[in-house]
Amino acid sequence: MPKLTIDGTEVEVEPGASLLQACEAAGKEIPRFCYHERLSIAGNCRMCLIEVEGGPPKPVASCAMAAADDMVVHTDSPMVKKAREGVMEFLLANHPLDCPICDQGGECDLQDQAMAFGTDGSRFAENKRAVDDKNMGPLIKTEMTRCIHCTRCVRFTTEVAGIYDLGATGRGEDLEITTYLEKAVMSEMSGNVIDLCPVGALTSKPYAFTARPWELSKTETIDVMDAIGSSIRVDARGSEVMRILPRINDDVNEEWISDKTRFIWDGLRRQRLDTPYIREDGKLRKAGWGEALQRVAEKVKAAAPDRIAAVAGDLACAESMAALKDLWDALGSPHIDCRQDGAQLGGGERGDYLFTSTLSAIDTADALLLIGCNPRAEAAVFNARIVERSRLGGFAAASIGAPIDANFPCAQLGAGPATLRELIAGEHSFAKTLADAEQPMIIVGMGALARPDGAAVLSAAKQLAANVGATGVDVLHNAAARVGGLDLGLLPGEGGRDVAAIMQGAQAGEVDLVYLLGADEIDMNGLGDAFIVYQGSHGDAGAHRADVILPGAAYTEKNALWVNTEGRVQLGVRACFPPGEAREDWTILRALSDFVGHTLGYDDLSGLRARMIELAPHFTEIGTAGQAVAGAASEGAAMADTPFDLAIDDFYLTNPIARASAVMAECSALAQVAAQDKEATGTHG
Amino acid sequence: MSVRRLAEEQPESFEFTPENLEWAQQQIAKYPEGRAASAVISLLWRGQEQNDGWVSEPMIRCIGDLLGMPYIRVLEVATFYTMFNLAPRGKYLIQICKTTPCWLRGSDDVTDVVKRKLGVGPGKVTEDGLFSWMEVECLGACCNAPMIQINDDYYEDLDAARTEALLDAFARGETPAPGSQTGRRSSEPVGGLTSLTGSAGQTGGES
Ligand code: SF4
Ligand code: FES
Ligand code: FES
Repeated sequence: MPKLTIDGTEVEVEPGASLLQACEAAGKEIPRFCYHERLSIAGNCRMCLIEVEGGPPKPVASCAMAAADDMVVHTDSPMVKKAREGVMEFLLANHPLDCPICDQGGECDLQDQAMAFGTDGSRFAENKRAVDDKNMGPLIKTEMTRCIHCTRCVRFTTEVAGIYDLGATGRGEDLEITTYLEKAVMSEMSGNVIDLCPVGALTSKPYAFTARPWELSKTETIDVMDAIGSSIRVDARGSEVMRILPRINDDVNEEWISDKTRFIWDGLRRQRLDTPYIREDGKLRKAGWGEALQRVAEKVKAAAPDRIAAVAGDLACAESMAALKDLWDALGSPHIDCRQDGAQLGGGERGDYLFTSTLSAIDTADALLLIGCNPRAEAAVFNARIVERSRLGGFAAASIGAPIDANFPCAQLGAGPATLRELIAGEHSFAKTLADAEQPMIIVGMGALARPDGAAVLSAAKQLAANVGATGVDVLHNAAARVGGLDLGLLPGEGGRDVAAIMQGAQAGEVDLVYLLGADEIDMNGLGDAFIVYQGSHGDAGAHRADVILPGAAYTEKNALWVNTEGRVQLGVRACFPPGEAREDWTILRALSDFVGHTLGYDDLSGLRARMIELAPHFTEIGTAGQAVAGAASEGAAMADTPFDLAIDDFYLTNPIARASAVMAECSALAQVAAQDKEATGTHG
Repeated sequence: MSVRRLAEEQPESFEFTPENLEWAQQQIAKYPEGRAASAVISLLWRGQEQNDGWVSEPMIRCIGDLLGMPYIRVLEVATFYTMFNLAPRGKYLIQICKTTPCWLRGSDDVTDVVKRKLGVGPGKVTEDGLFSWMEVECLGACCNAPMIQINDDYYEDLDAARTEALLDAFARGETPAPGSQTGRRSSEPVGGLTSLTGSAGQTGGES
């Protein structure tokens, strides 16, 4: 471990650490533009210059030089000060002074560092360079004259997002960041370049000119667009979410978020249910809370407990699901389910439905098998982590199921159970790859589990894991609510109906009332004449079919818990209030329980949380991944021969909020065109 | 230098001739597995030769596919090096050196003649399709400044009159002898040898 002296203090750093990291360890702030912890080192901005005694008689780029024993480093010498001023003067020579009309203003690295390390004047009297703006699609706004050529955006897209669209053409003063023939950047992760760009060259198009960072109230919360549960910061002004940014969480999302997570916010403003509705003569009319709840209560009381059913949707928070479960138990109905897609999970050991080895385990895995799972669409941020791992080499990946458009090398082994059987029998060469790997990882997705023989598939995957010496099978969910629902037991009780049976029952007239808690992904035409209560935030499929609508809060509007695919309990914090008459979801169920005469035993959030801990003790451990064991593979049930489908066919439109978002609609349309082009030409791009 | 972009008008497609393709495969084979991208400059150069001296957009895609490189990476290389022409050029491409030694020795005069005779701006082709010209940095023949490069050859020790004569000769279809246009041999002193004047057999030491 190299020991060196920085401004008179001695520090010891990890072997291979750069001087910049060593300076940070010594508590010295080093200005930088091109250096980024999670990207490769470019060393092209020169802002990080420092002085190394005994070295060459010139400043050294600290990000690109390794710390070595006995170095004596200065970060505040006259040489360093002069060097920083010089670099800053060069950077500003061609940078426009348009801060007043630049969206980066107030959170611009160049602005901040010019203040801290620059001088007050410039000797550059010539004309400044101007650069054509580039079209980078509906999400990224470009103002390329502001670009300082740090190439962070280029490195991010190739190294993390796994796409090869961005590049730097020309050279010197004429260097330009562009995409090939100015195609839109097609990636689920593209928005991250907005955060990475140290200046205002790449900014958010939907957010353009709407707010200044200092006017926004910032709330640290979590995302529900997928089952990863990325850490996010929601910036709101008054009652409106203005933008969503990632927070650093090395266990989950490092510091990236997907475009759906980032740009969903316009969907939070559209199609909102802001008052209760009651259907009368086939038409929905506005109603008061008392009236609406009364109506629901009448219908609930009129039906036998055996003839009412409840379905929890994919975005539901754990609180509302716990309240729903308690209410249904109190009413004596066993018909409750949280698996809209029919996933055959839950009931057994907790480890059987979790991503047990944790998401960050991919960083050290050396072989990966995906079964009925397309991480790029189902967990885009995790997919980026696979891309990063894959780039380091010594990593083999393969997939069983419908062909996926993976952006890391991934062998397509086969379409379904037949291939899985071959692997178990050791007849397939990839079985050997898995067996030889130090840390093989087997991920099963909803494409393989959300089908009648899902349990058998899971069991087969476990068998394979046992054969090749993997620690277990990792289940990759795609619904934020799912693990919480399974934890709280939102599963059919004794003789209870699952989602498919509830729908059959409704069709056959055996179920009179179905309570949809934000459930929009089931076929609303398949609910027969049943009375439908829809509780949720958006006027999507469920609300259109509903007989009574109870307006709830979206994920940014309530203090609530979600459990991610690893079993990590995460705390969501309210960033703004729900619109109009809408209420936090558990309070609606609590109010309804009064009306039906089975008052739930909690009056506030802490009471409800205590009840949740009774149901599932791990709800106390916020932030830690589930330590859960899985059951053994079971004999018996056989897999059908049908191939595994894709669980998600449109990444951008997976939930009611996304379907309300104009930005997501535009992205989805573009992605479809791109997919068609790709099919038509058969080229890669 | 100026911003380098692909030409507006592009051909439909590009393919290497069978001979060039074979040559390209040989180049690729020189590099270890997975490092085919190292051959990108050789392939662009050969492609440019085959395509009347310029690199087209379909060529970039063709080479990207051959080397398993994203197109943007090929475009980066093609736009970085000025030796790749991104638009059609005349039969004779005149590269005028404008760096300090040539400039001190009169490259401005040479440029003036070229501009006047050709009547087109840099990067543009004369109507007869014979000439195009561009300014370049030092071509490494400063000792014979000022100089220009026409296609693959250097023409040195120029002034306005000699440049004019040179262009006229090319226009007539002749190919003037490359090298110094004043008659001196390579870069020997202008006023004749001052040292090493003896015959080859003599032992030196005093001069
Ligand atoms: S666009 Fe931004 S991130 Fe990309 S090179 Fe320019 S300054 Fe860096
Ligand atoms: S941060 Fe070191 S050169 Fe840019
Ligand atoms: S300056 Fe013209 S050849 Fe060197």
